[in-house]
Amino acid sequence: MSLWEYANPQKFMHLSRRVLPFVAGAAALCLIVGLVWGFFATPNDYKQGPTVKIIYLHVPAAMMAINAWVMMLVASLIWLIRRHHVSALTAKAAAPVGLVFTLIALATGALWGQPMWGTWWAWDPRLTSFLILALFYLGYIALWAAVDDPDTAADLTGILCIVGSVFALLSRYAVNFWNQGLHQGASLSLDKEENVSDVFWFPLLVCIAGFVLMFVALVLLRTRTEIRARRLAALIARERMG
Amino acid sequence: MMPDLGKYADAVLGSYAVSLGLIAALVGFSLWQGVRMRRALAVAEARTKKEPVDG
Repeated sequence: MSLWEYANPQKFMHLSRRVLPFVAGAAALCLIVGLVWGFFATPNDYKQGPTVKIIYLHVPAAMMAINAWVMMLVASLIWLIRRHHVSALTAKAAAPVGLVFTLIALATGALWGQPMWGTWWAWDPRLTSFLILALFYLGYIALWAAVDDPDTAADLTGILCIVGSVFALLSRYAVNFWNQGLHQGASLSLDKEENVSDVFWFPLLVCIAGFVLMFVALVLLRTRTEIRARRLAALIARERMG
Repeated sequence: MMPDLGKYADAVLGSYAVSLGLIAALVGFSLWQGVRMRRALAVAEARTKKEPVDG
């Protein structure tokens, strides 16, 4: 069996209907366990005090804001190269989810930054590239809404997605390119010296798993809606032609 | 038991309120859109007597 078989909308609908409840349930479980563990059962950080509890939302949301765009890039490339409609609809379905994750990262970053850095916002490389990423998400969603022909919309948004990938990657690696700005380097690293302490790391891992699963569940749910919307439009068009 | 957040309570609780509010709005909107589209498609398929898209 080939992966490309799931580019068939009917097969995708059958598979996603079976998988979605398990993914959604696992996402809810991981999020509840991770956030409750992180909020109620972890100590304050010796430098940042209780604000460290924001890490359980900020880091997973920021990670997924970038990864959602990368997923959209892969789906857009599949559309542009192989013309599979489900991949274009999956990219479209993922955009509002990625936008919400980006907004969460920006909002929690500002709320965390104010007491720690003394400012809500700075034109720091990572913060600025995240703001641009949020604008790219908005532009991507607006472009889908603005173009009537779905194939043309998929082509144009696919190209926008490729361009926006520069900022998605920049927002990930900005702190490594420029040794300036307020934002620190990676919180998660395989290097023990750089990584956060285990007491924060384990609940954070559970929260990251929760955000990944929530993203998958929402994209499956929203792609199913997009496929139905496409089918509805086709039925209405057929009816009009008599 | 509620942890003592001290002078950082606004920042921490604000972060959780904003994030969970945005997530709840996204999940609620996605579910609402899904239900609305499923109903609209079911009506159209019944009208044109087509096989449902998900079997």
